[in-house]
Amino acid sequence: MPSLPMVRAIRDAIRTLMLLDERVVIFGEDVGKRGGVFLATEGLQQEFGIERCFDTPLAENGIIGFAIGMAINGLRPIAEIQFTDFIYPGFDQIVSELAKFRYRSGGQIAVPVVIRTPWGGGVKGGLYHSQANESYFIHTAGLKVVVPSTPYDAKGLLIASVQDPDPVIFFEPKKLYFAPREEVPEGVYTVPLGVARLVREGKDVSIITYGSLVYVASEVADKLYPEGISIEILDLRTLLPFDGEAILASARKTGRVIALVEAPKFCSFASEISAFLAENVIEYLQAPIKRVTGYFTPYPYWTDAYYIPTLKRVEKAVREILAY
Amino acid sequence: MKVQSFELKPFTEESLRILDEEGRQVSHWDHGLTDKQIVELYRLMWVTRLLDERTLILQKQGKIAFYASSAGQEAAQVGSAYAMEPQDWIYPSHREQGVFITRGMPLEEIFGHFMSRSLDPARGRQMPGHLGRYDLHLITLSSPVSTQIPQAVGTAYASKYRKESSVTMTYFGDGGTSEGAFHEGLNFAAVFQCPVVFFCQNNQYAISVPLNFQMATKTIAVKACAYGFDGFRVDGNDVLAVYSVTHYAVQKARSGQGPTLIEAVTYRYAPHSSADDDKRYRRPEEVEDWQKKRDPIKRLRLFLIRESILSEKSDSELLEQLKEQVMQAYEIAERSPHPPLASFLEDVYAEEPWFLKQEKQEFVELYQEEYERGEK
Repeated sequence: MPSLPMVRAIRDAIRTLMLLDERVVIFGEDVGKRGGVFLATEGLQQEFGIERCFDTPLAENGIIGFAIGMAINGLRPIAEIQFTDFIYPGFDQIVSELAKFRYRSGGQIAVPVVIRTPWGGGVKGGLYHSQANESYFIHTAGLKVVVPSTPYDAKGLLIASVQDPDPVIFFEPKKLYFAPREEVPEGVYTVPLGVARLVREGKDVSIITYGSLVYVASEVADKLYPEGISIEILDLRTLLPFDGEAILASARKTGRVIALVEAPKFCSFASEISAFLAENVIEYLQAPIKRVTGYFTPYPYWTDAYYIPTLKRVEKAVREILAY
Repeated sequence: MKVQSFELKPFTEESLRILDEEGRQVSHWDHGLTDKQIVELYRLMWVTRLLDERTLILQKQGKIAFYASSAGQEAAQVGSAYAMEPQDWIYPSHREQGVFITRGMPLEEIFGHFMSRSLDPARGRQMPGHLGRYDLHLITLSSPVSTQIPQAVGTAYASKYRKESSVTMTYFGDGGTSEGAFHEGLNFAAVFQCPVVFFCQNNQYAISVPLNFQMATKTIAVKACAYGFDGFRVDGNDVLAVYSVTHYAVQKARSGQGPTLIEAVTYRYAPHSSADDDKRYRRPEEVEDWQKKRDPIKRLRLFLIRESILSEKSDSELLEQLKEQVMQAYEIAERSPHPPLASFLEDVYAEEPWFLKQEKQEFVELYQEEYERGEK
């Protein structure tokens, strides 16, 4: 079994899907000859031809609208948006069209489009190559939203997303593109949407997170373990629809929950986790829920490493919630 | 009247036409239609007009909340849709009742949609006018302007990818040409040489905004030039010319020669919608002028009578028969029930996520009585 970093696992997923199903096509800016700016589609145009893997004009509304029309006419398009920071010209197509076709047609029209896009910070990308903007999409009925954190999950979730009958926004944490590596099976397998992954079991504090912060949470758990602090980590993997039962089970078990996300706090997914726990299991909680998040600023360039929650901030939150 | 020899040229400032306002043939453009087909176009235009008149009454009676009238634009809608084959895809826009009727959507379904009955394929979810029938390759429209244009190009790409001969047509208005999606869609179509026809109904106003505040070009058709394909300007109230130019563009797309932009110059008689007051932005004399002098149905009628394709008597018999047909369709729709109350909580996903199931269950329990009565 080959050991791959996430970006190669994603390429492997796309290639596997294209071998399996002629309806699968992939396109976007620099996706063809260049193979994508992160090489997620490297060599696919050479292997499958210019009709199935190709460059498009630089126009995100056009790219996503084009994908919708293909899906309506029977294809399984994967549209790449080069960075999620550039997705906004296509926001109308996603929110007004992609998310609503099934509903507004009375269930007649399915639009199985997958939009893949590099997401999140930690690579010195500044304001426009770093955003964690998932909240805009999670608020929209009709979409599914996925954020993998490991190469194995990235491949299995992407295959499940392309085979799903509904549209999926597939956010790829670019900080994890090239490391860590992991053994990734060849051929087809899926990781089901809507099911969280228990990264490690613990009994004192639950950290509920996704994307690259899974690794920050793990570092904190390793660091505090010798002190006898047992941290449970839940990687949500799918944000819409999220795995409510897994969140509730962990909260009931530890009674202390930290919701950890890259995005600014207000209306972030950390806020949704917090409200969901308060509504459903408040009697189990032994301390107020903590949201550890990015700051309410645009994403900064020079202080990149301090914007996303650090080991230091998460450790502080763990100590505070235990001292309550 | 001198009948001109004809050569189809793109980017003319004058509108292409076959019939003048009095229904006299003014060019040798061969439309290729039989007399029977021309009568069929005439019938479809009348059905569209009569459905519109009936719906305006329903709106005034309070039986439907909102309506965008198609009156005045029948030739542009019927003539263009008639040039397509059943396997071809259509992405319509607003007020295009003539397109739906020509494609074969039953009148009772259209009325059912206006009144949110179970006959509505969209199950009462959308405002009146947002129709669609996937099996007829009529794609359910939305309210945001021009979003359908890049979608139509993607659908055309998929046909080309599978080496099928179907063509896609997308409709939009003069205002729609200002949206980024229009420009992106035309550019994609040109780059990928997609079998698509862009059909613009230029009815002179985007709600209240006239053309000179929408664009500084002399025509809309000329915009195609910037993307590298042909644009044609046609008299949108001359159904024979609309059919002919669309037929040309559709065949061109079908034979792998890429996209075409068509600008059909026309006029809407009613305000933008039942919520609009057009006296604030156009003179009643202007509307009257179009109604009296340039009406598309009247124009074709004059032609049919002059050419003895239709007699006065058979014309009035046809009209009576169509009125009856429209009334019957309305009555069928009115007798049919509304969709089940809680059905608005369905079709968000192929399979409802757990939290939506919970919301539905709570809704049904809370509104149990209304639910059982099947109230709207």
